[in-house]
Amino acid sequence: MIAFMTRRLLLGVMTIWLISILSFIIIQLPPGDFVDAYIAQLSSSGSQVSAAEAENLRQLYGLGEPFYVQYGKWLARIVTGDFGESMEWRRPVTEVIGDRIWLTLLLSFAALLVTWGLALPIGIFSAVRQYSFADYAFTLVGFIGIAVPNFLLALVIMYFAFVWFGASVGGLFSAEMALAPWSAAKVWDLIKHLPLPALILALGGTAQLIRIMRANLLDELRRPYVVTARAKGLSEARAIIKYPVRAALNPFASNIAYLFPYLVSGSIIVSIVLGLPTVGPLLVKALVAQDMFLAGTIVLLLGVMTVVGTFISDLVLMWVDPRIRHQMD
Amino acid sequence: MAQIDSEKYAVATQLQLTWWRFRRHKLAMISLVLLVLVYLLAIFADFLATQDPHATDARTSYIAPQPIQWFDDNGFNPHVYGIKGVRDMKTFKLVYTVDPNRKVYIDFFGQGYEYNLFGLIPTKVHLMTLRNAERGDGIYILGTDLLGRDLWSRLMVATRVSLTIGLVGVSISLFLGVLLGGISAVYGGIVDTMIQRTIEVIRSMPTIPLWLGLAAALPNNWSVLQVYFAITIIISLLAWTDLARVVRGKFLALKEEDFVMAAELAGASQGRIIFRHMLPSFASHIIAAVSLALPAMIISETSLSFLGLGLRPPAISWGILLQDAQNIQTLALAPWLLISAIPVVVVILAFNFLGDGLRDAADPYG
Amino acid sequence: MADPILSVRGLKTQFFGPEGVVRAVDGVDFDVFEGRTLGVVGESGCGKSVTARSVLGIVDRPGRVVGGSMKLRRANGEVVDLGTLTNEQMRKYRGPEIALVFQEPMASFSQHYTIGNQIGEGIKLHMGLDDRAAKKRAIELLDMVGVPQPARRVDDYPFQLSGGLRQRVMIAMALSCDPRVLIADEPTTALDVTTQAQILDLLRTLQKDRGLAIILITHDMGVIAEMAHDVSVMYLGRAVETGSVKEIFETPKHPYTRALLRSIPTVLAKPRTRLPTIAGSIPHPFDRPKGCSYHPRCAEIIGAVCEKAEPPAVDTDDGRQVRCFLHGGMEEAKASLQGASA
Repeated sequence: MIAFMTRRLLLGVMTIWLISILSFIIIQLPPGDFVDAYIAQLSSSGSQVSAAEAENLRQLYGLGEPFYVQYGKWLARIVTGDFGESMEWRRPVTEVIGDRIWLTLLLSFAALLVTWGLALPIGIFSAVRQYSFADYAFTLVGFIGIAVPNFLLALVIMYFAFVWFGASVGGLFSAEMALAPWSAAKVWDLIKHLPLPALILALGGTAQLIRIMRANLLDELRRPYVVTARAKGLSEARAIIKYPVRAALNPFASNIAYLFPYLVSGSIIVSIVLGLPTVGPLLVKALVAQDMFLAGTIVLLLGVMTVVGTFISDLVLMWVDPRIRHQMD
Repeated sequence: MAQIDSEKYAVATQLQLTWWRFRRHKLAMISLVLLVLVYLLAIFADFLATQDPHATDARTSYIAPQPIQWFDDNGFNPHVYGIKGVRDMKTFKLVYTVDPNRKVYIDFFGQGYEYNLFGLIPTKVHLMTLRNAERGDGIYILGTDLLGRDLWSRLMVATRVSLTIGLVGVSISLFLGVLLGGISAVYGGIVDTMIQRTIEVIRSMPTIPLWLGLAAALPNNWSVLQVYFAITIIISLLAWTDLARVVRGKFLALKEEDFVMAAELAGASQGRIIFRHMLPSFASHIIAAVSLALPAMIISETSLSFLGLGLRPPAISWGILLQDAQNIQTLALAPWLLISAIPVVVVILAFNFLGDGLRDAADPYG
Repeated sequence: MADPILSVRGLKTQFFGPEGVVRAVDGVDFDVFEGRTLGVVGESGCGKSVTARSVLGIVDRPGRVVGGSMKLRRANGEVVDLGTLTNEQMRKYRGPEIALVFQEPMASFSQHYTIGNQIGEGIKLHMGLDDRAAKKRAIELLDMVGVPQPARRVDDYPFQLSGGLRQRVMIAMALSCDPRVLIADEPTTALDVTTQAQILDLLRTLQKDRGLAIILITHDMGVIAEMAHDVSVMYLGRAVETGSVKEIFETPKHPYTRALLRSIPTVLAKPRTRLPTIAGSIPHPFDRPKGCSYHPRCAEIIGAVCEKAEPPAVDTDDGRQVRCFLHGGMEEAKASLQGASA
């Protein structure tokens, strides 16, 4: 069991390291650099930058040196908590990102809870009451979840909310609260706004997991040990929840491990459509402007979040399946 | 099915058995037919288009969908209404609206804008064109967008692009998946471990930020075609992992089978065992996995383009069409812009049903 | 002989599927007595397991018991027809009155819980003991069935035990609530011969010590010869012959029984003679033969009658029951056939 955990931990660290390299590479890929984009931006609005000034800027941001040197410098600074300055906003990256990263985490986590909370009972229900009306209804909703990309779902919901209710559905806060400092009222405001985006984000993953749970449970329900449980006099509900559900939980849990990256990814697009103050919209803008430190940091943070979330899912998986505990699979 | 002739059943090949099982899935069969139709549509996209998808015209901006009028006083004479300019007395701007008093008749297989049929044969023939059209007239079945372009025609072309990106992308993923999954399974040991770890690492990365990053890294001055291929490759590079896992899993399971050992003992070479004996066993699983991977690819491209970081105008894809619908205010003005979402959903559903049906047919016990 | 503990008459269980109705159990009679073993023998698919599950009321959907009576005589003398009970009522009987031992101990246990947990479950449910007391009892049970180091083993998972041990644990679990009837569904089929002998030994000992009534389901005539006192031979959902084990083996009446006995490989056979087999195979459930269900494979068929009419259960003089026109029922059948064609 220790071996299993250590392995997953090492893997996580490796993944993070790889992500950091990848994010750094990505930013470096486009020909030209930030300063070019900056110059282009300025000239389109009328100002000019002299060659000497450009060179100064380049020196300042270490843009002339070889790749690994820049990367090394960046890494060294990160370890001390200095994520650099956003070239576009002229403020420390951490300030620019600010609350957004936590909101991203919160949104993804909320979606995760929704997924678990919905997929498990609905999946069980669908398997046990196969071919019932509710089963078909859930299957239908499930298909919508699978077929409609989440940004589309967000769009459609926003449209209908606007047209039918005149409501503007976007945002995680109401207008007054958005800029206010944190308080209990603001937290409550957030909680009120969270369910819809979380639901939209969660639908795709939920639909998938319901299918998985349903299919696996249907398999398990046919197995002999379920008959044994009934033969011992257990009630139907007890027999099903204690035994086949536990067994079907395995593939379910191992899929959860990769649910988190999916949710974090999805939150980016959904945030853009719904105008949520999370990391997504910021990332897109940073990438377009080639704001290296900002974009790289965001990708790194997202990666770390994902890896940690995955690791936690692994822990859950371990707890759920005694075979792993004993055989150090 | 007690009606199946047990004699025929006993001598049917694996393929026939799979096909018979597949046929029982009504939904999957319908999906198959639907998808074939849609791909045919994609091939004949330009033929089915009624206006040049790229031609802009400020006059015809945001015209609501105009149904074709099939009959007039003289019987079956399909036509649409003309467009005329009316000066708005408040803004003094020319506003273009539908004029129900002027009928413009439709020709079938008439001459329209030029295009290359199958990409090779230059022609001007379209399914429906207008006779004696004045400037601004058009068969606006699905309405027009902000720049006055006919949405139906754009949708036809978008379908072609979105569907083929899916195909190209999946081919690459398939190749990588089978190659790496196969190597992993066949060689085992440290090669297997390394490939597995790589797969795990890739799977735990949030894909969208990486896609965004890679896509944003593409230079602005690349041609539409270059961007097309680059996007496809980017998406495939991250998508092959699922296929690799399926391939490896099946390979490993099959390696233990007695028939493989029998082949080895009979002296068959490694290659022969793999291609002649093992591959047919899981070919149908691969096909099922591929048909489930296609919708994922389509969603990826649509999402990227929707964000403006995938394909770029003047290319047309579903994502690009939906980009126009991003704004709520725009949508309130022109809700028909959302119609482009329907083919996306339908095609993805169809692929999912198809994949499910194939998977059940390939291995009813799996 | 004392009254039977369990008395089944005319049991019918059917499966209602999209392609038709399968008559899995089609009129089965038997009695089970205290301290005696009833062997139920037949080829796979003849309905033996479904019979066992019907008694306990745990037939898988889409099947259900559609007719007949299953009278259980409880310890206090009260007689209950199990077929009339609801599932809730029936639950109280599963474990404390009748218990089931299954064929595949690996598949019949859950791999996610310890054997102590799975044994103790019934104890806690039916006898109201708490965790500690249940565990203590579980250890006692393990000891009783011959599991070495029971106090340590009780916390093991099923996958940590060998096949033979698992089957012993299965028996311990079945006996945990002191049932009076034990139904063993092919308990030794998945085991090697040595282990098989040990398990049968165990069952015999337990029977002697507790006066257990055992229904032993198997397709192995050798096991029947060793363990059973009474035998019921089943074919396609019907009991075609019942009697004491001695009678069945020495004077089998039904052609099927005779064929089964003939097909047992024996040391005494002359070298290089063919092993007798039963011609044909079990018919598809949707393709039941008209008339006597065994007639397509019967070596002693009486053409005109056997192909058209179903032989009734006939009680022979020596207290046995047979379903075969060779032993009775022919006149009535002929009469009803002529009546039908007239």
